[in-house]
Amino acid sequence: MSDPSRLEARAVSLAYDGTTVVPELSVAIPPGSFTVIIGPNACGKSTLLRGLSRLLAPAAGSVVLDGRDISSYPVKEVARRLGLLPQSALAPDGITVADLVGRGRYPHQSLLRQWSSADEIAVKEALDATGTADLSTRPVDALSGGQRQRVWVAMVLAQQTDLLLLDEPTTYLDVAHQVELMELFAELNARGRTVVAVLHDLNHAARYASHIIAMRDGRIVAEGTPREVITSARVEEVYGLPNVVIDDPVTGGPLVVPLRGGAFAARAAQAAAELDA
Amino acid sequence: MTAVDVGYRRVRVGTLPVRARSLVVGAAVLVAVVVLAVFSLGWGTYPVAPDAVVRTLLGGGDALDTTVVVGWRLPRVLAAVTLGALLAIAGALFQTVTRNPLASPDILGLSNGAFTGMLLTLVFVSGSWPARAGGALIGCLVASVVIWFLSYRGGVQGFRLIVVGIGVSAMLASLNTWMLLQIELETAMFASAWGHGSLNGVTGDALGGVLLCAAPFAIAAFALVPALRQLELGDDMAAASGVRPHLVRTLALLAGVVLVAAATAIAGPIAFVALAAPQIARRLARTPSLSLALSALVGALLLLGSDAVAQHVLPVTLPVGVVTVSVGGAYLIVMIVTEIRRRV
Amino acid sequence: MTSVVPPRVSDTAPGSARIGRTAIGTLVLVAVLAVSVALSLMIGANPLPWHTVWASLTGSGTPDTDFVVQGLRVPRTIAGLVAGAALGVAGALMQAFSRNPLADPGILGVNAGAAFAVALTVALFGIQSSLLLVWPAFLGALVVTVAVALVGSSGRGPADPIRLTLAGVAVGAVLSGITSGMMLSNPDAFDLMRGWNAGSLLGRGVDLILPVVPFIAVGLAVAFVLGRPLNALALGDDLARAQGLPVGAVRVASIAAITVLAGAATALVGPLSFVGLMVPHVVRWIVGPDQRRILPLSALAAPIVVLLADVLGRVIIAPAEVPAGIVTAFVGAPVLIALARRRKASAL
Repeated sequence: MSDPSRLEARAVSLAYDGTTVVPELSVAIPPGSFTVIIGPNACGKSTLLRGLSRLLAPAAGSVVLDGRDISSYPVKEVARRLGLLPQSALAPDGITVADLVGRGRYPHQSLLRQWSSADEIAVKEALDATGTADLSTRPVDALSGGQRQRVWVAMVLAQQTDLLLLDEPTTYLDVAHQVELMELFAELNARGRTVVAVLHDLNHAARYASHIIAMRDGRIVAEGTPREVITSARVEEVYGLPNVVIDDPVTGGPLVVPLRGGAFAARAAQAAAELDA
Repeated sequence: MTAVDVGYRRVRVGTLPVRARSLVVGAAVLVAVVVLAVFSLGWGTYPVAPDAVVRTLLGGGDALDTTVVVGWRLPRVLAAVTLGALLAIAGALFQTVTRNPLASPDILGLSNGAFTGMLLTLVFVSGSWPARAGGALIGCLVASVVIWFLSYRGGVQGFRLIVVGIGVSAMLASLNTWMLLQIELETAMFASAWGHGSLNGVTGDALGGVLLCAAPFAIAAFALVPALRQLELGDDMAAASGVRPHLVRTLALLAGVVLVAAATAIAGPIAFVALAAPQIARRLARTPSLSLALSALVGALLLLGSDAVAQHVLPVTLPVGVVTVSVGGAYLIVMIVTEIRRRV
Repeated sequence: MTSVVPPRVSDTAPGSARIGRTAIGTLVLVAVLAVSVALSLMIGANPLPWHTVWASLTGSGTPDTDFVVQGLRVPRTIAGLVAGAALGVAGALMQAFSRNPLADPGILGVNAGAAFAVALTVALFGIQSSLLLVWPAFLGALVVTVAVALVGSSGRGPADPIRLTLAGVAVGAVLSGITSGMMLSNPDAFDLMRGWNAGSLLGRGVDLILPVVPFIAVGLAVAFVLGRPLNALALGDDLARAQGLPVGAVRVASIAAITVLAGAATALVGPLSFVGLMVPHVVRWIVGPDQRRILPLSALAAPIVVLLADVLGRVIIAPAEVPAGIVTAFVGAPVLIALARRRKASAL
């Protein structure tokens, strides 16, 4: 049908401090897709992303990148093929946007080859792609949340990788900035990058993803196109949220609408009554 | 190709773009070091004019001048410059790895460990210079190893390292206080003077030998700089860009410890240079990250200046470490007050 | 990105379990404190059994035992109780106030200020009497702490904790440099300071304790009143203000209390390292993060550490003594290191 997957997990077990978070999971990221991993808190979706990007070594099984076990590559080589934007990135005090984006060129540099015109071009392209070129001289800590997040994305783009992994890139942003970033990712995907993102927002996933992986308790519950995965029954199974799924008036895909009333409302009414008493 | 506007001027040094301001500041500090060195070489009970100093260094000059400048004073001045640089580099390494501007060998207990080693050697072996230096070296290294093992838990993490360092440092400090109480007054004062860090009696041979051992680690430190820059972005981001955080941290700390041990073996534990020089350098050049090269230059200037003050300016001759502590602290105060005004 | 040791709120046990733990904890601490006091009265170069001690305390002892018990050991035990309580509470206040689990009153410059004043007094006036040196020590501690508080104050209101720590390090450094300079150029000063630096309960008679007690009493009273406000402060300045807390006033009061308590204790017994740092941690581990419990229990627990350290010091190399300040470091530091190793990486 299509090219083989470039990034797969084969019977991978991931654990923190001896506690297994993801037991024996296998998944293949479809090449050229916009894959979104969804699931409730603590379902292991960030852990899976960390395992796929080599940040977390599997306790069992293997992660395969371009046909080889990911741990057999030199670390910089992995960084040239796979870019990850983790949740916890720190910007040094006072660093400018251009400098921070420039740090993304590290995997392409070495002691003998410190900074070249290729690096310069990559930074420029990354800034242009994220619309942050006019911010390049400003210190990162003076930017708004939305601008800062775009700068981090630019940094990962400067790595010039075909695979882009994003761990909750839109959390803490207002809705306009969230949409802005999702459109950017969709654009990057349309131009050939494989994007894998962990998202909280179901409807973002429904609108932008070409492939959805739904997780719960460290296991994959469902996998497929948004139409296939995002059904009312499935959403309730994964999140425990009573809902209806209607057709999105803009895209035609599924749109999840939580129900009012029901078990949640009953619990809330009781709690409020207890507070008043 | 349109270049990226980075917001500051850059200059190409070989393949590396360097901030113009850093280059200018570095050059200025270098000039200051050279000028101060020449003056220090001419200062003392037998004064030598600056031009005579330069002539003597270049090979000319009469026998007396040569004896005084090259024989007596040059080892000391060279020691101040090189040890100041080594300490500053070590401080920059520690601060970058722990992401904490207060992390320095002094706080982490290496200095106290060196003093413990030296006191033990003094009491049980001998008071000669090689014994003292050896004791300090061993004390410093042993303290580092102990702190390392105590803070190792699947890797060394900045916060735990600092806490363990503070704990070990306190124990060693108490041990030192206790030992100082046991030995007789004169010996105690002598030991305490050296324990503050002193460039008295530094010989060219000793300096050369120690520098030879320390040089590879200083070079390694510079080689680690790109990886350390990535480490500033957080462990996750660093790992994602192709750095092995644990390995880089270990190497950086190792290099830092060796540099401190080397400096301490020669001159005893000199406080504050490792702490203050990288911060001063960073503020002068207004860079977001610490710069090893600039820190080294500032460290050299700091130690050279402090030694000049300790020897000639004060009414009583004091160990250089006493001056560095006071000067470093004063600078920090100025920094805090002005920074507050700027932020308000 | 630059920060001094980041603060964390420690884990807590659920509500009712905590009350139980507090009650049991208090009883245990009181019992252990009683035992420590007894040990302090019994042990020494001349060990005395309890009934002899009791006899002396109740007025029916021999002149020899009276000299040892009433003349030597009772005063030093009281000094340990008083200084210990002051340091423990000062440490708890410091940690609550700065939201920094590694804060120690010494950071504010108390030790550096006291040492500087003592060295200066000896160097200038040649005074060696402990009694007379209490006042310069206290004054030095007070003045320096105020100076540090001023240097560390920013536009964000009085005494921003992070800046305060930096200021304390800086001022402490300058003072320690000058103090060292004085010590190294004056044998009398050196001799006295090397003894003073060790921190000891030896020779602290009632005449030394009495002047200090009122200050410590006031300090403790202010501290206990600050329990509830400090709980609110732990949530962060903004949230505290939203609850109607006068953040600035609470901060100033905290520093004042810390200064008086730590200054008085240091003036009395010299620098006792780690007591203020370690005791609140252990107490917090037992009773949770409620300052209204931590403060009083620290006042109970810290004297235990001080007295036991003092007793240990009498025993280790008997008949000579190891000053209590040295023993506390060897007791406190391992506890600190164990704490750092036991929890997850960045929490304490």
